[in-house]
Amino acid sequence: MTASATAASAPALARATPRRFGVVLLAAAAFVLLAAAGYVFPRWLTFLLTMAAGNGLVSLGIVALMRGGVVPFGQGMVFAAGGYTAALLYNKLGFTDALGLAVCGGVAAVLVAAPFAPLLSRYRGIFFAMLTLALSMVAYGLLMKLDALGGSDGFNVGRPTLLGQKLPDDRVGYTLYLLTIFVATIAAVAMRVFFDSTRGLVTLAVRENELRVEYLGGSVRRAMAINFVVAAFCAGLGGALVVLSLGHIEPNFSFWTTSGEFVFVAILAGWQSVAAVFIASTVLEIVRSFSSAYFPNTWQLALGLFLLFVIRFLPRGIGSLWTKRRGH
Amino acid sequence: MSANISPARPPLLHVDGVSKRFGAVVAAAEITMSVHPGEHVSLIGSNGAGKTTLVNMVTGYLKPDGGRIGFDGRDVTALAPRAITRLGVARSFQIPQLYGDLTVLDNMLVANACHDQRLSFWQPAQRPQAIDRAERLLERFRLSEHRARRVAELPGGVRKLLDIAMALTGAPKLLLLDEPTSGVSAEEKFPMMDTIMSALGQEAMTVLFVEHDMEIVERYASRVVAFYAGRVIADGTPEAALGADDVRRYVTGELLAE
Repeated sequence: MTASATAASAPALARATPRRFGVVLLAAAAFVLLAAAGYVFPRWLTFLLTMAAGNGLVSLGIVALMRGGVVPFGQGMVFAAGGYTAALLYNKLGFTDALGLAVCGGVAAVLVAAPFAPLLSRYRGIFFAMLTLALSMVAYGLLMKLDALGGSDGFNVGRPTLLGQKLPDDRVGYTLYLLTIFVATIAAVAMRVFFDSTRGLVTLAVRENELRVEYLGGSVRRAMAINFVVAAFCAGLGGALVVLSLGHIEPNFSFWTTSGEFVFVAILAGWQSVAAVFIASTVLEIVRSFSSAYFPNTWQLALGLFLLFVIRFLPRGIGSLWTKRRGH
Repeated sequence: MSANISPARPPLLHVDGVSKRFGAVVAAAEITMSVHPGEHVSLIGSNGAGKTTLVNMVTGYLKPDGGRIGFDGRDVTALAPRAITRLGVARSFQIPQLYGDLTVLDNMLVANACHDQRLSFWQPAQRPQAIDRAERLLERFRLSEHRARRVAELPGGVRKLLDIAMALTGAPKLLLLDEPTSGVSAEEKFPMMDTIMSALGQEAMTVLFVEHDMEIVERYASRVVAFYAGRVIADGTPEAALGADDVRRYVTGELLAE
């Protein structure tokens, strides 16, 4: 008994540490590859990938919540919080460093989300989805009315600097692309570590059986609240990075269709793989670009058909193509 | 199972005049009972007699309408399940509450993670110490061979054992088992109880278990508390309790109820 148990435990013991090392290696390789490819890509493609990575950060946060069994339909709010914070810091305070602005965006989103986290941690299913949606629409309404924030037109943001360096015309797009995929890579690795941690495992357990988690001594509500704050930080980072590349912000960041697109990407990706989130986000950007170019009024139709196809044939998302059928 | 009850020692669990009503149904009517360290107390009674209600009140899932529940010298009447668990009360369930999508080992790791006072963003759930601890418990419950299997694929008896093994992860002082052998075939019951008791015996665990099978009760309980309509109708050694007229009338059905 003892001998067989020890022998059987060897692969499990070997699993945790090399897995983490492998994730970092894989992420570094992906970053280097994308960075090199971005150098030769046409400008429209690097811009598309920048948007995909920035928006993907928001969906990455949604996946963190989905692992606990809830889907937020109002991540537009924290996305906008990050975006407006970066834009306002730039315009009003003259703080122009892109990396600094991104981090400030994340922190601002956490500050906006944290007061609601204890309340939201009580709700599940449609109630959680609707409450987050309601919050984001209140934020949308406020942003539309506040003239100091540009009202319904929003306002423009100038060109950022990076680590004290000015970004010349021909390099600004590529530099922001590099920064965005760099931040996305770090976030993806951090999220993988989080998913594999004790806290991440408890989140998965909450999804399946909350009562048992409480009876084992774990706090379900604390787990849910913390996931909400983590998701907000990711969304804030994404919002800031997207604004810096777009050069413009408007209340639509907090509109419900924006939130819906983030959920679309999260469902497309599934909740098992962090890489899948960015792939799904890229797929959405490609479908959006090509569809709106070739059939501008019906591109949502293409998107809808695509989602139908994925839900029918890959119910666990595209991440399930390469992750084994196990909990995480 | 030897009963090492010493009256001088304070009880580990003391239920004092606890009542609970659900509308017109009286699930507990001023129940008073104690469990001393090292005892294996069996709760018996027909369906609806209030056994599971008592377990639910002791673990904080239900709040009593009146009375007081003390555990290890503390009043736990108003505490939430999580707080009571942290004080050292663990429970298993009549229908195992497991994570069907996860493997047996991962279920144990969930229990381990929940028990950690401070959950970590950084520490891997599958770290060697946690796996070691989980595997030692699995071995005690003879579950090692199933460790890599998904729980949803396992037979009922194995799931019951895993449910109990998970409850033991936090090294509780008191273990409540809600019908440990329900849903298990007749020939499996005794081997299963043997496995449970030998696994528990290594820590001289105090156990309170709800059971319907009187053969199991006779063999594994050091004391029996019988319930009828929310009241305690007998409390004593298995021979005394099972031989009491009220128990034979209302619980085992050996005497016809008037």
